[in-house]
Amino acid sequence: MKDFMFIFSGAPQQYEFSPEQAQKHMQNWFSWVEELKGKNIYVSGEALLPAGKTVKGKKALVTDGPFAESKELVGGFFIIKANSIEEATEIAKSSPDLPYEGSVEVREVMKF
Amino acid sequence: MKDPEHSTVEKVADHLFRHQSGKMIAVLTRIFGTHNLEMAEDVVQEAFLRAIQTWTFNQLPDNPAGWLMQVARNRAIDIIRRQQHFQQYSRELAGELERETEHTIEQFFSDAEIADSQLRMIFACCHPALKEEDQIALTLKTVSGFGITEIAHALVTSEAVIQKRLYRAKQFLKDNQIALEIPAGAELNSRLGTVYTVLYLLFNEGYNSTKADELIREDLCAEAMRLCLLLSEHKTGKQPATFALLSLMCFQASRFESRVDENNSIILLQHQDRSTWNKPLIEKGYQLLNLSSQGNALTVYHLESAIAAEHCLAPTFEATNWSRMLQLYDMLLEQKQTPMVMLNRAIVLSQLNETITAIEEIWLIDDIDHLLTTHYIFSAVLGELYWQTGDEHNARKFLQQAHELTTSLAEKKLIEGKVIAIDKTKMN
Repeated sequence: MKDFMFIFSGAPQQYEFSPEQAQKHMQNWFSWVEELKGKNIYVSGEALLPAGKTVKGKKALVTDGPFAESKELVGGFFIIKANSIEEATEIAKSSPDLPYEGSVEVREVMKF
Repeated sequence: MKDPEHSTVEKVADHLFRHQSGKMIAVLTRIFGTHNLEMAEDVVQEAFLRAIQTWTFNQLPDNPAGWLMQVARNRAIDIIRRQQHFQQYSRELAGELERETEHTIEQFFSDAEIADSQLRMIFACCHPALKEEDQIALTLKTVSGFGITEIAHALVTSEAVIQKRLYRAKQFLKDNQIALEIPAGAELNSRLGTVYTVLYLLFNEGYNSTKADELIREDLCAEAMRLCLLLSEHKTGKQPATFALLSLMCFQASRFESRVDENNSIILLQHQDRSTWNKPLIEKGYQLLNLSSQGNALTVYHLESAIAAEHCLAPTFEATNWSRMLQLYDMLLEQKQTPMVMLNRAIVLSQLNETITAIEEIWLIDDIDHLLTTHYIFSAVLGELYWQTGDEHNARKFLQQAHELTTSLAEKKLIEGKVIAIDKTKMN
């Protein structure tokens, strides 16, 4: 099994949730993580705060975030285990954010 | 790796977000002012998004409700700080003012102040100058944390209509600079009266509407009870009439599950299986009814609750104390001479074998000709009473009228059943 990183971006920042819908959406996330844990393929996950800084170039120029439109803003990541990129991509298809215009980037973690 | 035994899906209490939304909006609006209600809503929305993001990647915080409140608090301090221009003064004063602001805002977030803010919010949403429909929509949105789709669904109307009502209500608060306050003195009673009316309507919307689906109706009833409970726990809201209203809701809610069958058909009181009535709720109803008897006030809620209590007390429909019931309806009629009360009183009369009088009484209801052709319940009851007197012609006429009027499939079925029964007796 190889390690893959799921990079979640976009949603549902601009989506108008009612409190009940928001709670349900969160519950969907819990269920999804639980499902991955049940299959022993969930390794770890972290969320990122929206604000931040960028350091860039030779002069180490520091700018304030956000660096991208909220559509592209990275919200967090998972490390999961899968046999192939295809299998990992299949798993990413159940991300609860997809119906709210979110996206998941699937990348294999390089092993040295 | 987590032990699978313990890896249950992390659970957040049912409706936590909804209930927290009401609390946060109340506190934030108290800080920002009613003209900034939308700002408060934005902060709450932000807190939920933050919660979804952080909780789902990590673990649920030990106290999710407190976590949300904390985010709202920090954001409120942030907003206020940004809008104040402390920096214009000496650094010493700026620091002092900033600390003071933070301290002041902090105090709004104590449990007692949160409850207080919610009550103030209820009073603002139920402002007597607002239309009833606007009061209800605004209360559901602001105090109860319902979304626009959910309100539309619950009140069986369109989202556009709800949006219009909310806009109108918010604009009113803004234009008239309605402050979040608890009325005092002579004003308190009349303002409480409006709040009772809204909560009563909210409950009935959930209990009686046959159009919305069962789940959302239960939500509405539960919400009305939650707000009434909130009112009853506050030093200002702790009035005999509040207890009376809450006890009425308890008695009604105890029959919630028993009043429809598996086909979603209405089951009349006389056909309900009384063993399925919720006993703890009935108990609670009696306790509250006792509490409501302190003082001299005898409100419509006292009387309606006493009527509901009589039903709960009777082991069978036949064993209902109908003469006591008639007394209660007579008293109710003095305060609330509505067609519905008169109709129900007529039903009691028929139970006391005075069906002819009952029919006469129904014909005495104001504007009865119009009601019979617009509200199915009047023709349904009248038809039923005619049938009891053996007047098959009128029985059939009014039952069929009722059948045409109701949009509820459940009620149509019920009436069809009666018409078939008439036909059967005819054949025999």
